[in-house]
Amino acid sequence: MHTKTIAQLAQGLRTGDYSSQELTEAYLARITQHQDLNSFITVTEHQAIAAAKQADAILAAGDAPFLTGVPIAHKDIFCTLGVKTSCGSKMLDKFISPYNATVVEKFNAAGAVSLGKLNMDEFAMGSSNETSFYGAVKNPWAIDCVPGGSSGGSAAAVAARLIPGATGTDTGGSIRQPAALCGITGLKPTYGRVSRYGMVAYASSLDQGGPMAQTAEDAALMLQAMAGFDPKDSTSVDCAVPDYSAGLNNSLAGLKIGLPKEFFDEALNSEMAATIEAAINEYKKMGAEITEVSMPNLKLAIPAYYVIAPAECSANLSRLDGVRYGHRCENPADLNDLYIRSRGEAFGTEVKRRILVGTYALSEGYYDAYYIKAQKIRRLISDDFNKALEQVDVIMGPVSPTPAFGIGEKTDDPIEMYLADIYTIAINLAGLPAMSIPAGFIDNKPVGLQIIGNYFDEAKLLNVAHQYQQVTDWHQQTPKGFE
Amino acid sequence: MSLTVDDVNKIAYLARLGIDAQDTESYAKDLSGMLDLVAQMSAVNTDDVTPMAHPLDQIQRLRPDQVSETNNREAFQAIAPQVEAGLYLVPKVIE
Repeated sequence: MHTKTIAQLAQGLRTGDYSSQELTEAYLARITQHQDLNSFITVTEHQAIAAAKQADAILAAGDAPFLTGVPIAHKDIFCTLGVKTSCGSKMLDKFISPYNATVVEKFNAAGAVSLGKLNMDEFAMGSSNETSFYGAVKNPWAIDCVPGGSSGGSAAAVAARLIPGATGTDTGGSIRQPAALCGITGLKPTYGRVSRYGMVAYASSLDQGGPMAQTAEDAALMLQAMAGFDPKDSTSVDCAVPDYSAGLNNSLAGLKIGLPKEFFDEALNSEMAATIEAAINEYKKMGAEITEVSMPNLKLAIPAYYVIAPAECSANLSRLDGVRYGHRCENPADLNDLYIRSRGEAFGTEVKRRILVGTYALSEGYYDAYYIKAQKIRRLISDDFNKALEQVDVIMGPVSPTPAFGIGEKTDDPIEMYLADIYTIAINLAGLPAMSIPAGFIDNKPVGLQIIGNYFDEAKLLNVAHQYQQVTDWHQQTPKGFE
Repeated sequence: MSLTVDDVNKIAYLARLGIDAQDTESYAKDLSGMLDLVAQMSAVNTDDVTPMAHPLDQIQRLRPDQVSETNNREAFQAIAPQVEAGLYLVPKVIE
């Protein structure tokens, strides 16, 4: 039953094919069997069994919310009451959250059963899951390769069918890139669509939580549970939540797809280009019309991101000072020593790099040249997307320049690692929703197709993704050893 | 843009971030590389562009000035490194 989708499991639970407890025990057994993947940081076995029993009682009583009894797991960036929330860092290795993130509350209310917390890059800073304090996660498709990041544990666990769906977060590609590298479906919603309350902040103007699952149909069910206005998040947008499943089967005849010429230039390798073109051909067969669009400022997305994200990170992570929670050094000589050593001992190298760059960019005399300049570039990039989306319904392209790369291959060169997000980062700067769906393989490693839509047009993205999944079976393939 | 070891030490102090002396040089190299990447922005004239702080140009939402949260002091202090009588303890700051 571990290959079933959330939609199938929810149905099976209703018809009594299995109980939530049976499902939960089966998935927990798989998590234990495949712990070598290192996809989980914490497995909450006892809480999960208790929640599953409760779900079974609710199911038996009838009128249960749709996800009742379905096992899921949360990226370890979402605060979970009474459960360690490490954010992949030594800083929060002993942090037991005193409250639930809104996303966690919403999944609880929808009846889902959480099996634990998933591995991730430290404070979501990374594209390979190698910056985690808990070690690298392995890609189930190629065990010596990275799963992508920062939601690498979520992607690997769903790909290995250790869990039917997981939460992720995306600041520069952290849902879409691991989804692509692990051959699953991931959706980064519009900025403000999903509450950030209780989601440990990295870059507050870019961070957004979203679903990671096998199929677009499942992503729609998960987003339904996650989305909505939250007065506890000052950047949450008060905008009605549509029925994300209602339009999944809409015809794509006449759909206008834009292909940015900047995505398909000489920098894109020929195998990746051929795979993406094959996917776009499937859309042509379904009646879509293809138009070339141009986004001249796209090449500035990585430079602007590496000012804005580190600047916001340096401000956000200043709260981790060894005073109220988190790691504290032994025997501090004075207050400065307490701050400096607590932070120095507990943050990893990549987090330190970004705090330093951000601190520099925000320091006196440099603020205008870096932060304001980057925010102006951000406007230009956003304008490029808005212009393109006046002509077309969705924009398509690659998610990642390459399939999964080897563990350790890029760790010595941070800039090389940053370029892994070249096709995803601009979307966060613009705040648009985007998906990654499985679209083929290169050397037996999965490749993702990126679908970008207009603000709050998640239902359209899900429809476009679902239709592709009706005529292809890339999303149904399971890595060897995990069938 | 090239940062020196001294620059790195100054920035690290501003961030109250301890870094090992033997790593300072490699941070200087990595940070200089990041700033070179970022320098590509200067190729574009942005004189008439309004900086974008929020993707949807939303402004800060206000709420009525009423108590809306319950007191969770005990739960929050239960996870603090050092507390006494409801206060967070730090090394002495006033002589």
